[in-house]
Amino acid sequence: MQHPFAITLDVGTSLANHTGSWRNERPVYVDRLPPCNAACPAGENIQDWLFHAEAGNYEAAWRSLVEHNPLPAIMGRVCYHLCEGVCNRAQIDAAVGINAVENFLGDLALKKGWAFDTPTRETAKRILVVGAGPSGLSAAYHLRRMGHTVEIHEAGPMAGGMMRFGIPKYRLPRDVLDGEVKRILDMGVTLELNQKVTDILWAMHEGSFDAAFLAVGAHIAKRAYIPAGEASKILDAVSVLRSMEGREKPLLGRRVVVYGGGNTALDVARTAKRLGAEEAIIVYRRTREKMPAHDFEVEEALEEGVLMKWLSTITQVDEGVITVEKMALNEKGFPQPTGEFESLEADSVVLALGQDVDLSLLEGVPGIDVKNRVVQVDMNMMTGSKGVFAGGDMVPSERTVTVAVGHGKKAARNIDAWLRGSSYAPPPRNELAGFDKLNTWYYGDAPKTMRPTLEIARRVSTFEEVTGGLDETNALYEARRCLSCGNCFECDNCYGVCPDNAVIKLGSGKRFRFNYDYCKGCGLCAAECPCGAIRMVPEAIHS
Amino acid sequence: MNDMSKTLDAVQKLKFYQKGTLTVGNRLVVEDERSVQASLDRSNALTCGHRACQGCGEALGARYAMDAAMRVTGGNLIAVNATGCLEVFTTPYPETSWQIAWFHSLFGNAAAVAAGVAAAMRVKGRTEVRTIAQGGDGGTTDIGFQCLSGMFERNDDVLYICYDNEGYMNTGVQRSSATPAAARTATTPAVGDAPGNVFGQGKSVPRIAVAHGIPYVATATVADLHDLEHKVLKAMSIHGARYIHIHVPCPLGWGSAGHDTIRLARLAVESGLFPVFEAEYGHVTGTRKIRHKVPVTEYLKLQRRFTHLFKGSVVDEARISRLQAICDRNIDEYKLLASQGDA
Repeated sequence: MQHPFAITLDVGTSLANHTGSWRNERPVYVDRLPPCNAACPAGENIQDWLFHAEAGNYEAAWRSLVEHNPLPAIMGRVCYHLCEGVCNRAQIDAAVGINAVENFLGDLALKKGWAFDTPTRETAKRILVVGAGPSGLSAAYHLRRMGHTVEIHEAGPMAGGMMRFGIPKYRLPRDVLDGEVKRILDMGVTLELNQKVTDILWAMHEGSFDAAFLAVGAHIAKRAYIPAGEASKILDAVSVLRSMEGREKPLLGRRVVVYGGGNTALDVARTAKRLGAEEAIIVYRRTREKMPAHDFEVEEALEEGVLMKWLSTITQVDEGVITVEKMALNEKGFPQPTGEFESLEADSVVLALGQDVDLSLLEGVPGIDVKNRVVQVDMNMMTGSKGVFAGGDMVPSERTVTVAVGHGKKAARNIDAWLRGSSYAPPPRNELAGFDKLNTWYYGDAPKTMRPTLEIARRVSTFEEVTGGLDETNALYEARRCLSCGNCFECDNCYGVCPDNAVIKLGSGKRFRFNYDYCKGCGLCAAECPCGAIRMVPEAIHS
Repeated sequence: MNDMSKTLDAVQKLKFYQKGTLTVGNRLVVEDERSVQASLDRSNALTCGHRACQGCGEALGARYAMDAAMRVTGGNLIAVNATGCLEVFTTPYPETSWQIAWFHSLFGNAAAVAAGVAAAMRVKGRTEVRTIAQGGDGGTTDIGFQCLSGMFERNDDVLYICYDNEGYMNTGVQRSSATPAAARTATTPAVGDAPGNVFGQGKSVPRIAVAHGIPYVATATVADLHDLEHKVLKAMSIHGARYIHIHVPCPLGWGSAGHDTIRLARLAVESGLFPVFEAEYGHVTGTRKIRHKVPVTEYLKLQRRFTHLFKGSVVDEARISRLQAICDRNIDEYKLLASQGDA
């Protein structure tokens, strides 16, 4: 080639210069585990469904949600949302209202009539689920999705378990419960009501079942011995709440004392107020801080006018009056009697002292291990009896709907594996996306949208739902507050901030790729990634 | 409507995106509201294979500015480059990283050459072709200053962009008239009673540009892409002499980590040390407000050129408070806090 005067080389582009050889660290895209997902007892992929929700793809969001939890409308109301407790956004302003968005998606699905996919193949394996509570329903759903034939035997007259007979209507409207149960049955799950299983091995043999999942719950009220006069009225919380579902509402009188400090005690006291009691008093032997009930429920009860008597035990119940002894905490924090007594007027006393499991169906079954009045299961949710799995309130657990749903899913996966002669190996967990992994500069300031709370006056006289849902605008707003911790949300920061143009954008939904021919390993992409989805990894040193 | 729903309505009307407002792109906003840098078809005016250091702020700033200018001119753009890092690392003979028409003459004459290019295009009737001159702070505030001032006062149709990394980095980190007080450079060593660059020297070329009364002057940083692109696009919508001064951290000269380049640019703004503003015809018309105010030490501590201020147990409180005073004066003068209202 002819060159002009004083020019000896051809002109070329710097693309010939592979600056990637300068690098001693390389960036790699990672998916870290968001704290919300890590905390969810039902194993939901919250970050993923919020990702779809914030784009307005509500059906995609709902479908992602029900991959793990078939009861989002229920969960959006009764879950104690551990996810929000660990949300990284709380360190910027306030946690994302995950539970409220879940509620919105669940309600939208019911309104639009979105159905679950029916299984694409049938395995011809038959599985008996005992109990149609949250755990049994969750297991039935997951097992059915895997193509198994599922039959639920429920002792009660209606499905739902404690969601129907324990959780009051003002927290969970029954049409929501019915809608979500029906959707599971519509997949081809058989539900037999009023079908109490009294002998599990016999029931399995009789119905030719290949495996069973037991989720009978804990419905037997614990009693305590309290000296009582003849005309005194002592009830238990389980039967009070259960009778709320029947025609005859319980007769509690004008002044109701509830004995206990758990969520059930609060449910009863709030129910009593709604039934017209002038006074509902909770008597609890320890302090408010020591109460097992959730703080927001205590707050709501106090707002509704429920009275609390801390550090007190009931020593005597007579007609229209009870005797209470004051307690004091000793240096170890345990309540001790003080010998100081007082009288309280009370037309009825409701004991809310916890519940036990009816284990009669397991009597005589070899290998079953019962400790602390609950059934022991191994890591795979299987009892000591081969093919018999158990979950929910009847196994050692925190007794919540969400935990029960998680048990159902876990048991289903293990039952499926067991039926194939293998065992379920959960995929390894990603590294946690802690707050230190984020660059929060890029997130706008956006306070949490509050779900409208019904005015107190209306609340105490009716059984209307206390916490209202979000509408579409504020649900969208709330979903967009998600930081997407540890998972790329395609903000283009890495693509933009690379001084070497070494990030390749693959297009919408396809994320990005590094061009290691030119990446010098400066780490700007990792430092400026808002959500911590890039990790710098040392290059191997070649000798 | 009760009080609570009124409050909710007010909150909803904010309409901002809770994430991605400040990021390069955002999948939730419509295409034409996204930044040029977010697009698949950005021109990459300054492409891969250039020899800038790891984490170079100048390479980043130049691509941001040129891609925006290329977008708005449809590629009808000629860039004239002063001597400096940007020229050296992009065009080692016979390679080039530029994917635009690009011209280099001397260290000090970029503004004059660009004025000539613009005049030539006018004579040829090529009115669609626009001209940009660019250089570092050395080629702008020191060596090219006379040519720059001439271009301003003649109101030549040129956008001049200065990438300010606060020193002569390419030749071994010597002081320029844009080097901040107290900074250590090869020519202002951290020795003696008054270590580092002397207080009370140097100059602010953005203010001098404003004093020329030219149509448009702006400052920007690589930490705020949206603001930078907005200013380039605005400058390109105007004819006559225009000036944009972009703060570009230099890992080599400042002794900072490559991954801290954008963080440093951000802290320079958030501390008040580098005021971000725009001016038209001699008057300041807008400022970029500080979002989370930080003390100047947050900015200084990440840079080895300032380590002598924090050596061992002795902290040079006197010099640090003089630097803080510069920040506070900027904050007052340009009304950089939201509570101070508009400038």
